Amino acid sequence: MATVTGTMGGVLPRPSIHTTGFWSWVTTVDHKRIGVLYGVTAFTFFLIGGIEALAVRAQLARPEQGMLQPALYNQLFTMHALTMIFLSVMPLGVAFFNIVVPLQIGARDVAFPRLNALSYWLFLFGGILLNAGWLFGGSPDVGWFAYSNLTGTDYSMGAGMNYYVTGLQVLGVASVAGALNFIVTIVNMRAPGMSMMRLPVFTWMTLIVSILLVTAMPVISIALIELTFDRLFGTNFFNPALGGDPILWQHLFWVFGHPEVYILILPAMGIVSEVLPTFARKPLFGYAFVIYSGIVIGFMGWGVWAHHMFITGLGPVANAVFALSTMLIAIPTAVKIFNWIGTLWGGQIEMKTPVYFSIGFVAVFIVGGLSGVSHAATPSDFQQSDTYYIVAHLHYVLFGGAIFGLFSGIYYWFPKVTGRMMGETLGKWHFWLMFIGMNLTFGPMHWLGLNGMPRRIYTYPSGMGWDFWNLVATISSYLIAISMLIFLHNVFRSLRKGPRAGNDPWNARTLEWSIPSPPPVYNFAEIPVVLARDAYWEQKYGSGHENGQAHAATSEHVSEGQYGAAADERHDIHMPWPSYWPLITAFGLFVVFAGLLVNVVFAALGVLILFYGVYGWALEPVAE
Amino acid sequence: MAVLKRCPIPPLLPLVIILSFLLAGCISDDPMSTFSRDGSAASLELDLFALIWWLMVAVFVVLEGVLLYVVLRYRKRPGQEDVLPVQTHGNTKLEIAWTIAPALVLVALMFPTIQGLGILSEKHGGDAINVKVIGHQWWWEFQYPDYGTNPQGQPLVVTANEMHIPAGKKVNLALESADVIHSFWVPRLAGKTDLIPNHHNTMWIDAKNPGEYYGQCAEFCGTEHGMMKLRVIADTQGEFEAWVSAQKSPQPAATGVAAQGATLFLTKGCIACHTIAGNPAAQGKIGPNLTHVGSRTTVVAGFFENNTENLTKWIQNPDSLKSGNIMGRDAPVYKVPELAMTDEDVKMLVAYMQSLK
Repeated sequence: MATVTGTMGGVLPRPSIHTTGFWSWVTTVDHKRIGVLYGVTAFTFFLIGGIEALAVRAQLARPEQGMLQPALYNQLFTMHALTMIFLSVMPLGVAFFNIVVPLQIGARDVAFPRLNALSYWLFLFGGILLNAGWLFGGSPDVGWFAYSNLTGTDYSMGAGMNYYVTGLQVLGVASVAGALNFIVTIVNMRAPGMSMMRLPVFTWMTLIVSILLVTAMPVISIALIELTFDRLFGTNFFNPALGGDPILWQHLFWVFGHPEVYILILPAMGIVSEVLPTFARKPLFGYAFVIYSGIVIGFMGWGVWAHHMFITGLGPVANAVFALSTMLIAIPTAVKIFNWIGTLWGGQIEMKTPVYFSIGFVAVFIVGGLSGVSHAATPSDFQQSDTYYIVAHLHYVLFGGAIFGLFSGIYYWFPKVTGRMMGETLGKWHFWLMFIGMNLTFGPMHWLGLNGMPRRIYTYPSGMGWDFWNLVATISSYLIAISMLIFLHNVFRSLRKGPRAGNDPWNARTLEWSIPSPPPVYNFAEIPVVLARDAYWEQKYGSGHENGQAHAATSEHVSEGQYGAAADERHDIHMPWPSYWPLITAFGLFVVFAGLLVNVVFAALGVLILFYGVYGWALEPVAE
Repeated sequence: MAVLKRCPIPPLLPLVIILSFLLAGCISDDPMSTFSRDGSAASLELDLFALIWWLMVAVFVVLEGVLLYVVLRYRKRPGQEDVLPVQTHGNTKLEIAWTIAPALVLVALMFPTIQGLGILSEKHGGDAINVKVIGHQWWWEFQYPDYGTNPQGQPLVVTANEMHIPAGKKVNLALESADVIHSFWVPRLAGKTDLIPNHHNTMWIDAKNPGEYYGQCAEFCGTEHGMMKLRVIADTQGEFEAWVSAQKSPQPAATGVAAQGATLFLTKGCIACHTIAGNPAAQGKIGPNLTHVGSRTTVVAGFFENNTENLTKWIQNPDSLKSGNIMGRDAPVYKVPELAMTDEDVKMLVAYMQSLK
């Protein structure tokens, strides 16, 4: 329990910085701990989303199976997508933003530590609200894209869509708050000398993703508000019976939805751009091109949304324009792939688990990128849209891409976070099973789609030529499940028995590896001065002609914990104290939205809690 | 694990899978195959896809090949501990080159893309026929405006889930929805276009040869989306004309067991939703038009063969075939105990349905 060291008129005391145990996690504002909370929560949702996918695959294993009734099947595929996108891949990215970005830029925390905690709690509550339907009245069952007017009360009478509109709204607030925090952190809190063109690539991608989040999330928020009003208060934004237009939803959804795709993939690209140079022992090939292509992808991501709507009858002119913009966005993506291969070229690749996942990312992402070109060409997409070909494509990008990248990051930064190495042998088993399972699950779906199998059907008759590859896909999906069990085993085993990591187990390049593992709460005993890109590498191998600040030629000469030196003795570093208010504020917003679904009185109560939280937050002393 | 250590690179699994699809693709003659040239539109779309496909296979082989080479060639070897590789930071000329190269390929692909879009959005006049397709949860309605209307202004030829067209002729489709968004897709004939409430989309199809072409709703439209199938039946010109004239004629009064079924059709409330031309009481518009249901090859939106067994199951307990269907949910005959049907009633209704040729 928190050590109470003082009180303030009418509000809770600030928990002491010496708080330990459970309450230290609940009240934490430390970016590294918040990152761990994000990671653990997101991975838990990842397992739930995976189980939903396994159920879907089991139903489709054979033709005309009756294992799942359509009502349940539709909830499962909808929740699988929502869970994987909003509750797994996005927050896993945010987990890395939290853990890695302040360390990479030589900062002691993010710009707004309490806001950071608020983002986490809102994410958790949003995830709970989105999943509440499993216990109370049914989950959303209209697909993650939730095309109106199927989402109106005439066709979605149950509670499922209510959880969708409120859950996503809360998650959106969490994302925007977190993204603002990272933009300010990256712009303002870089260590002296770390110019934008010395910024590590992962931090660059975080900045781009954060800008995308701040601009894309409001679009879906507005659409969700309109839909909430349609459903709860009888407005008619999307009701065609009274003149509303269902296509309006599609435009709003995909104006958000396509940048969202890049929100999901850019963090993984950032991770790969850190891992490949580290293990090849070479700088990233064409740093500037990789950064610029990330910026271009983020910018062009706003101009391609209607390729999700080619079959809605936009007309040949609009279709041609969006086909062209979609073709063009493939260019910066291709450039990145070339640069990654260029990074490996001529290197000395040390074949450790993180680099397996990064190379796996490149190998699989190529397939997803290429299949994307075939549905950028609109007439070709008329056949492929809404088929399993698209399911294959998106999983090659988001599973083969984003998830492989994120696993690469987990293996790469696990030693930094926990101070222990993960098991290499288990890691490679994990990789190979996941790689093979992934290709055998989603590879055949290309064929199923081209052979006419539509998406989102809960069963199919025999005789369509779909039986065999569906069975293969189902069996292989369980291979992926086994690989996840191996990963979990590896994590728990390594936490207890993993060898000590030391500061810099990979001979890495960026500042986070210059401090102890796990890092002390204040990260850097002294804020480092950055003299070059790949700041830590330069310290270890400094070329001697940059700024006349040459260091010793080998890493052995850099004493462990240069910046963490005498870490235990330092008490003069001021760090923010823990706080209850982020949790209380987040809970207030949760009650507002959950209350809307029950009774407006509860919503009003939520508003009170929210105001109480904001009030206490504003008046909280710096320390008791 | 020794095997894993010796083999650090991804085996060419994706390549093998994709090439095997390719081989399979050449021979796929499945009912929903997009590799078919049975329709002009499908043929055009296949040509564009094939062009992109071969280009992408080439890129795939080169990229994965180089990746594989790099991973094999540049692995860390014993003795390299103290030597750093050359610290290349990039090569601007090379990078500009590999930015421009994909740009040229992709912009080149725009020419067939725009050309295809133009052809696919044409409207056909002359001897083309017109069909209005209306999507319902979860079945298809086809109205033929070219063959006369009844005094209420309704087309005389209205059918459900099976669209007859004359082979070799262009068919203009007007796509509308009675409830939510659906998507009309008959892959062997053409790609898909959505049916959207308050929108008036169009597309055209043709079938080069007579035959039966399978289709299915492609846009998720609610619980029974998976069972919203259809057939396009392409007839010879003569067969098509015969079909039209048969469809135009109203049903004569039923006889025998079928006549008892006709009475039940009235008393059990079926008429509230279903139309049967020639039966003045049956004017419902919510469910499929049943005027010539006995002549159709399938029941329940194209999923089941039209035979006594399936009709019986469907009328007796619709949920047993299609658990989310609206008839089972809303029709009083399945809700109000006084209206419940006996097995005998079901037999009579089945006989009536089968008499509606």
